[in-house]
Amino acid sequence: MTIAATAPKRGKLAAISAAGSSPGVPRPRTAYIGIGLIALGLMVLAPALLTPFELRQMGRFICYAMVAVGIGLAWGRGGMLTLGQGVFFGIGAYCMAMHMALEDAALRGEEAPQFMGTFGVDLPWFWEPFHSPLMTILLILLLPALLAFALGFSVFKRRVKGAYFAILNQAMVFAFVTLLVGQQATLNGSNGLSGFQSFFGFAINDPANRQMIYMIAAGLLIVMMLVAYWLMRSRFGELLVATRDAEERVRFLGYDPAIIKTITFVVAAVMASVAGAMFVPLVGIISPAELGVVPSIAFVIGVAIGGRATLFGPVLGAIAVAWAESTLAENFPSGWSYFQGLLLILVIALLPGGIASVGRYFRWKRAGSRFRKEAEA
Amino acid sequence: MDVVLSQLVAGISVGSILLLAAIGLALTFGQMGVINMAHGEFIMIGAYVAFVMQGLFGSGISLIVAIPAAFLIGGIFGVLLEQILIRHMYHRPLDTLLATFGVGLILQQVARDIFGAPAVEVANPAWLSGSVQILGTNVPWTRIFILALVILVVAGLSALMAYTSLGRRIRATVLNRKLAETSGISTRWTDRTTFFIGSGLAGVAGVTVTLIGATSPTIGTSYIVDAFLVVVAGGIGKIKGAVIAAFSLGILQAFIEYSTTASIAKFIVLIVVVAFLQIRPQGLFSVRTRSLA
Amino acid sequence: MSEKTRHSRLKAYAALGAAGTLLLSACGARAGDDDGNGAAAESCVDTDGDTIKIGFINSLSGTMAISETTVNDVLHMAADQINEDGGVLGYELEIVEEDGQSEPATFSERSDYLLTQECVAAVFGGWTSASRQAMLPVFEGNNGLLFYPTQYEGLEASDNVFYSGATTNQQIIPALDYLLEEEEIESLYLVGSDYVFPRTANMIIRQWSEEHGVEILGEDYTPLGSTDFTTIANQVASSEADAVFNTLNGDSNVAFFNQYNSLGLDADEMPVMSVSIAEEEVDGIGASNLEGQLTSWNYYQTLDTPENEEFVEAFQEAYGEDRVTSDVMQSSYNSLFLWAAMAEEAGSFDVDEIRDVADGTSFDAPEGTVTVDGETQHVTKTPRIGVINSEGLIDAVWEGELTEPDPFLDTYEWADDDEAAEFAEEAEEDADDDAEDE
Repeated sequence: MTIAATAPKRGKLAAISAAGSSPGVPRPRTAYIGIGLIALGLMVLAPALLTPFELRQMGRFICYAMVAVGIGLAWGRGGMLTLGQGVFFGIGAYCMAMHMALEDAALRGEEAPQFMGTFGVDLPWFWEPFHSPLMTILLILLLPALLAFALGFSVFKRRVKGAYFAILNQAMVFAFVTLLVGQQATLNGSNGLSGFQSFFGFAINDPANRQMIYMIAAGLLIVMMLVAYWLMRSRFGELLVATRDAEERVRFLGYDPAIIKTITFVVAAVMASVAGAMFVPLVGIISPAELGVVPSIAFVIGVAIGGRATLFGPVLGAIAVAWAESTLAENFPSGWSYFQGLLLILVIALLPGGIASVGRYFRWKRAGSRFRKEAEA
Repeated sequence: MDVVLSQLVAGISVGSILLLAAIGLALTFGQMGVINMAHGEFIMIGAYVAFVMQGLFGSGISLIVAIPAAFLIGGIFGVLLEQILIRHMYHRPLDTLLATFGVGLILQQVARDIFGAPAVEVANPAWLSGSVQILGTNVPWTRIFILALVILVVAGLSALMAYTSLGRRIRATVLNRKLAETSGISTRWTDRTTFFIGSGLAGVAGVTVTLIGATSPTIGTSYIVDAFLVVVAGGIGKIKGAVIAAFSLGILQAFIEYSTTASIAKFIVLIVVVAFLQIRPQGLFSVRTRSLA
Repeated sequence: MSEKTRHSRLKAYAALGAAGTLLLSACGARAGDDDGNGAAAESCVDTDGDTIKIGFINSLSGTMAISETTVNDVLHMAADQINEDGGVLGYELEIVEEDGQSEPATFSERSDYLLTQECVAAVFGGWTSASRQAMLPVFEGNNGLLFYPTQYEGLEASDNVFYSGATTNQQIIPALDYLLEEEEIESLYLVGSDYVFPRTANMIIRQWSEEHGVEILGEDYTPLGSTDFTTIANQVASSEADAVFNTLNGDSNVAFFNQYNSLGLDADEMPVMSVSIAEEEVDGIGASNLEGQLTSWNYYQTLDTPENEEFVEAFQEAYGEDRVTSDVMQSSYNSLFLWAAMAEEAGSFDVDEIRDVADGTSFDAPEGTVTVDGETQHVTKTPRIGVINSEGLIDAVWEGELTEPDPFLDTYEWADDDEAAEFAEEAEEDADDDAEDE
């Protein structure tokens, strides 16, 4: 009798869960030391050792890592595969980019960004709020939260399961990018927004300011990791894992899984949006090419490889994959596709807990077939 | 009135392509619940089969040879994928999605390394050139051929599901896998056969898309999202649903495109589907399964 | 929650607060300050050895790899030829190659790498407008030098970019003039992919057609990579326009021409003028689908000049007899020689000195002699209308006069009273201001 025919709806991950309490959640000492080490590496060592160019690259990786923290929560802890983070990343990025473009226009003494002049368009209404820095920050946080709530709540309320949710998300990304590309006159279409001079009044080309922006991004990542850790350890975090593993039982116990999932989805969306907002001053450009269906899946790949349900896996996985891509793809453009594809297949098929679970996986193997039997019973 | 009729015809034509791309998924995703992101790359394989056949037999009869060949080759790729990878993950649909995405990446690169990144030319056979006037619209013969093919495929597949023992086995396995197993059905064999047919149909879709567009390593990606949407909107497990969804989306696209532009039409169609699924997540039709899933 | 975690949480807050204060105290120049904005890094170009580094940035992977790898091939060939002739100023060219991966952000990041890490003297490459605009701030911020080879939508003149491809008045407008004079059109239908080049081109076409009394019967855009032209082809056919102006990009052309042909349309009845289909693309679309259709470029493989004969021969010898050469490839080839000529003239690889001597630098290119215009940093070009033949090559059937680049269309009266022209003036003033700053 094959596994496929008999296994209940549980993976090895669930079997691992059975092996110890709150799997993937490190003890406070480990967690804070780990986060501290990451903070030390990103905020002290990196600025000291890396060249300005490498620091700029690291800034981009940090943005991916922020998205990864959110995906880790939603997918790893909550079982919702969010293939649509490009939408939220894009909302944050375009909000920030519109504000910065308006700042630049004001510096030149003009009303609207230059590209609008090409098509003879006046500043459209939806640009107006972005004159205000405060409003921009508010919208970066609120817009993705509202959209994620609207999208999530009705879907989860109707008990739409993982696969459909993933496909819906993908359709959202596709629609979002199609819309952006079509907005040539008002959002510069496929060229996107770029060429910024000013970030909340600070000259973006000044090395000291660049470092400051990098530090803000790194600081935000650390904050997000802390938030993720507190969420994981809280009662809410336990309910989330319970919802992932046995949604019906959670419902029988009197909780509403829809609310639990929606809140997590909203948190993940806001993290992606903040990441997008930092991407713009760090990288200096946002265009639909960074947001499409494939980039949205790429956000997930780092998380899958690092270890989706853990605290450190998503962050380290995202940074490692992004780093590998920019070094390997550079030298072996064709080989990188093979490598990335194979790595994805191998990790997903053999090590669904990601690299972070290697240790636990062996312990589980050594513990013998007891848990396996349990899992397959 | 002319406009309504002509856009109706255009919409049916668009819908038939959507349906061909999605019909294989209606089997593998709809019936078996496997999210195969490499389905788009199976379509790509079918397109390159058409290209290779053209080199072997010359344009003309190559199309007729390519359809069964693509079905067979697509099917073999599908069975290999199922046997090596997917069968280990039936209980992890989301992981299947990512792993098969990895497979898709590799297949695209293989195509690039064999045939080169630029598009290759697959010439339309002479006997399909020109067009015919239907309800005031010129419809190219290639489109009529595709429509006829899709009708044939749907009819064949429906008959297979309804009247053959294979169809009964597939339906039994979908409804209740364990009970089917205890009744003596080899679910492994059924899974493999279903996957063979589903992937083979992707290959057939690949041959037909060479009639209307470019043949390049990335063509699969342009169909995959639409194809999944058609299956989801139609309702999992129902071929009837996929048919209605594909033609509705095609006609919707054609009508919106007439009054706006193709970009806006695409956006509106996607939003309409997402909104529709928010209200009716089970799609147009739903199957009652007897398993607690 | 235990006392211990609460304590550590407090500690974390305190640490964050401290970090925040640190950050705020360490801020640099405000935007708009002179020292903050234009503080271009000192050039780090290394001229001590026998070699000089130059950078190639093309998409070797992703959707644009189809086109950009050909540019990369031809750039390598040009560098080899220059090195065989003794290099530039006695230095051998050392190539640093970067992959833009068809993503604007990658172009931006990689060009930063080329300028600040590899310290290259000049960079060659970029194809899409998106990639050029993404790289622009990097080159302006570091005072680098980019040679951009593609024909494009104009309305730009950066001090840090040399544009060796055609601008609109060297490609789009000659195409329109040809349609008006030779094909005697009275109406046009515009079909394009949804991005900046088609949108800008069609805007210019609308202004032109108002002036020349040509009626625009329709203007349609499809998403990039779109493969369904059922509705558009029907509308084109039923419009009975005298000609179609096609700015579709890449693979969409296959679907468009398939549909166009099967509706029984042909080049005699309703010719299609394409500005994005060159020899390389004809192969994928199929010569049989395109035979007799028109294109507008400055260079064709079939041009009968000694320079072109040499160019095609050298290219096919290096990369295979079945390879074709195209306009953008030729422009990239020219760009490397133009830069070499400027450096020789300036006697230096310094960007400012090269810019000073740029005006009037010329090269006997396969398309004929091209000369750099110092003000706009574009080059002179000869517009040519071609007809696609059954072998998939393009024969020039009409040749205009050598045309000065005019990216802002200042010399065209019909483009004058429009807001686009106002914008053009402003942008040019900006460019002048920048020039004066230095």
